[in-house]
Amino acid sequence: MLTQSRLNPQLDAEGKLQHLLSTEGLPLPVITQILDTAESFLEVSDRDVKKVPLLRGKSVFNLFFENSTRTRTTFEIAAKRLSADVINLDVSRSSTAKGETLLDTIDNLCSMHADMFVVRHATSGAPFLIAEHLKRIGRDDIHVVNAGDGRHAHPTQGLLDMYTIRHYKKDFSNLTVAIVGDILHSRVARSDLHALRTLGCGEIRAIAPKTLLPGYLENLGVKVFHDMNEGLKDCDVVIMLRLQNERMNGALLPSAGEYFKRYGLTPEKLALAKPDAIVMHPGPMNRGVEIDSSVADGPQAVILNQVTFGIAVRMAVMGILAGN
Amino acid sequence: MNISIKNGRLIDPKNGIDARQDLFIADGRIAAVGQAPAGFVPEREIDAAGYVVCPGLIDLSARLPSLEAELACAAANGITTVVCPPDTRPVLDEPSLVERLIQRAEALGLARVLPLGALTKGLQGQTLASMAGLASAGCVAFSQASQPVTDLQSLYRAMQYAATYDFAVWLRPQDYQLAKDGVAHDGEMAARLGLAGIPVAAETVAIATLIELAKSTGVRLHLMRLSSAAGVAMVREAKARGVAVSCDVAAHHLHLAEEDIGYFNAQARFDPPLRSVADRAALRFGLAEGVIQAVCSDHTPMEADGKQVPFGEAEVGARGLELLLPLVLAWAREDGLSLGTALARVTSDAAAVIGRSDLGHLAVGAVADVCVFDAETEWTITPDAFTSVGRNSPLAGRTMSGRIQAVVAGGRLL
Amino acid sequence: MPEAIPTQLPDAELQLASLAEQLRPHLTPDTALVGIYSGGAWVAERLKQLLDIREEVGQIDVSFYRDDFAEKGLHPQVRPSHIPFEVEGRPLILVDDVLYTGRTTRAAINELFDYGRPARVELAVLADRGERELPIEPGYCVWEVDLEEGEELILGREESGRLFWKMGRNDRG
Repeated sequence: MLTQSRLNPQLDAEGKLQHLLSTEGLPLPVITQILDTAESFLEVSDRDVKKVPLLRGKSVFNLFFENSTRTRTTFEIAAKRLSADVINLDVSRSSTAKGETLLDTIDNLCSMHADMFVVRHATSGAPFLIAEHLKRIGRDDIHVVNAGDGRHAHPTQGLLDMYTIRHYKKDFSNLTVAIVGDILHSRVARSDLHALRTLGCGEIRAIAPKTLLPGYLENLGVKVFHDMNEGLKDCDVVIMLRLQNERMNGALLPSAGEYFKRYGLTPEKLALAKPDAIVMHPGPMNRGVEIDSSVADGPQAVILNQVTFGIAVRMAVMGILAGN
Repeated sequence: MNISIKNGRLIDPKNGIDARQDLFIADGRIAAVGQAPAGFVPEREIDAAGYVVCPGLIDLSARLPSLEAELACAAANGITTVVCPPDTRPVLDEPSLVERLIQRAEALGLARVLPLGALTKGLQGQTLASMAGLASAGCVAFSQASQPVTDLQSLYRAMQYAATYDFAVWLRPQDYQLAKDGVAHDGEMAARLGLAGIPVAAETVAIATLIELAKSTGVRLHLMRLSSAAGVAMVREAKARGVAVSCDVAAHHLHLAEEDIGYFNAQARFDPPLRSVADRAALRFGLAEGVIQAVCSDHTPMEADGKQVPFGEAEVGARGLELLLPLVLAWAREDGLSLGTALARVTSDAAAVIGRSDLGHLAVGAVADVCVFDAETEWTITPDAFTSVGRNSPLAGRTMSGRIQAVVAGGRLL
Repeated sequence: MPEAIPTQLPDAELQLASLAEQLRPHLTPDTALVGIYSGGAWVAERLKQLLDIREEVGQIDVSFYRDDFAEKGLHPQVRPSHIPFEVEGRPLILVDDVLYTGRTTRAAINELFDYGRPARVELAVLADRGERELPIEPGYCVWEVDLEEGEELILGREESGRLFWKMGRNDRG
């Protein structure tokens, strides 16, 4: 049978990280290096001067083809703490509205001496297209960081989730991690699954109704549960996913109320997990839809720490990329 | 023009010939096989020693945005008959458009164009197109190309009307609703890459519906572009029950599968989508056993822009005229099939689908469409070497065999 | 256990004691030590014991401040810097094992200033191999040594915590 070679486009010929596009295919040493480096950056954020000169003179372009002030801000803070110049382009409004194609926009920005593109796009795979294009035009000195593409990947979120888990649980091999909610449409879930697998997580579970689950999860090493009480049993980590408003009432789910009853994380359901289980959420939360306020604000929630860790992880990713 | 083609390996699937024989052409027809007719004086002599001589290929679907360039490309690649789907601009729903298309193609003297007429006006799926007029103008069957008829009552009536005149209806078995948001096969690859899926059920539901409507209306039904193992099984079963249905597959679907999307390679976006390796194996088997009658190129040229966008926004399809023969040969070689069996699917069996007994074979009296090719020499697919618009191919870099040496179309040596 | 220590290399433990004695008269009650990873941090830790300094030793990893980041990228193993005391107004002694070009010291001083404005920063090293590329000199040093191009002096630590010298090769130009 005819085959085609498919090199992982985020690694260079020596296997070093050239772009961060997905947690899938990231070798374990690369993930470990990112998490270790993030630990050092976490310390930087505690200093009087929360800044290191690593990326001085470099230009980081935030290209958000899909709006997300929150994510954009975390990347902006991370880049600024590395002393980079940050340019925010609200491409969702300007160029695309004028009929400029994605790659036209990229060509344009290349001429502005960019060193790094942080890309958010509503279509799965857009950052891969950009990375490929940069290679084609001989500008692979520019690094691409995927800040979320469609349903596909949100690798920095995945890595900060891994950082969080490692911070609280140290070793992955004996852990049971449950991801609950709209996995079908979630780039966070996909990034978590791949990273957990590479880190040797003991058991990975997905808990959701069939309408919110992609097929073939078993092939990714995931145990699927439809009953949350069963799925949460003896978990060490519970990752709750955001349920988008537009999916609450319609063909996928009858109502937010029924969803909360079945898949919302309440203190009673959380009690089925291990007593020291941590609760994570990529934010922003829908209180009373996927998570009860008493859990979100409770002692087991590490949701706000995820945000702090997120900045350090993004600093680590940008620092490592800029040096490769 | 009198032409003799000598010393070649003559493969004529319909007439069961695979032997070293000479071929003689006169007045646009096959004049003799084996021995020259009495008094035959060739104006041109082709020495086909070491080459295969077979009927000119029939491609059941090729889009021809630039008529001259694409027909030249077809002819240069051994394809002497091209069925053109009606999703042209404008749509082939007026007899005058069809007449003009055929006249222009005839004037070019390259490959023959057999248009499919629109089943409904503008392919909108509502008002019947003037099928009788379109048929008189030269349409060989009626189709919606890739457009759906969402209202089954409209489809039912369109089939009834076509059946009145014994016109064949060629339809894509893909349920519009089940497929509407999807961009890739609803399989492991789509799950991993976060691409919206097109389930196999989109095909099986449509096949069931179309077969039932065909049985009920008595229309001759041809299913275009099967993509799944389940779809092939349904057609096999329907045929066993005696339903008059034929079907085809696109050549790319014999060689590519969902895995070829790799890291969002937009060149691998097709409609229907590339499905699993098991589906691909079933398509190959179905084609070998004859449940699927024909392979087409589903040639879809486009400007580079069409693929220079994220996977889910990319245009569907690929260039195919250059690759029809090589992909058929590769299939035969890989699956251990005789050249005769393989070539039948792009010659005589394809001719049967369009109901043209004078095409696709080399018996005396048949239209003199002949393809002479070197089956051995290997070459590498380099889309930049494609001569016409678009360089879109997901098969770039693969090694193929099958090099055209000479083509005779309607008795003219090209 | 380390491979045989070449006999011509001096005893690092003796040097440590000597460095401590150099420092002792200059210490004030609020003097704090900051060691540069990894050798310097070990030396600082030993000095703390020898000098009976109560304040915990600071440790810094200068990876984020190096001037060769553009050429070499980020060090694959960065450790978090850890300064467990207020830097502002403090007399500090920056400790390293080997002083060479002075670039690491420059990076360390820059990093220290991001924690606050120290009253004074002095530099104490076990060995000085010369060939400075910046105007930096140690205030305290016990061993001046000449090395061949490509040779490297490496401080090692046994499991017991005992420090020793060994020679290595370095590809750096």
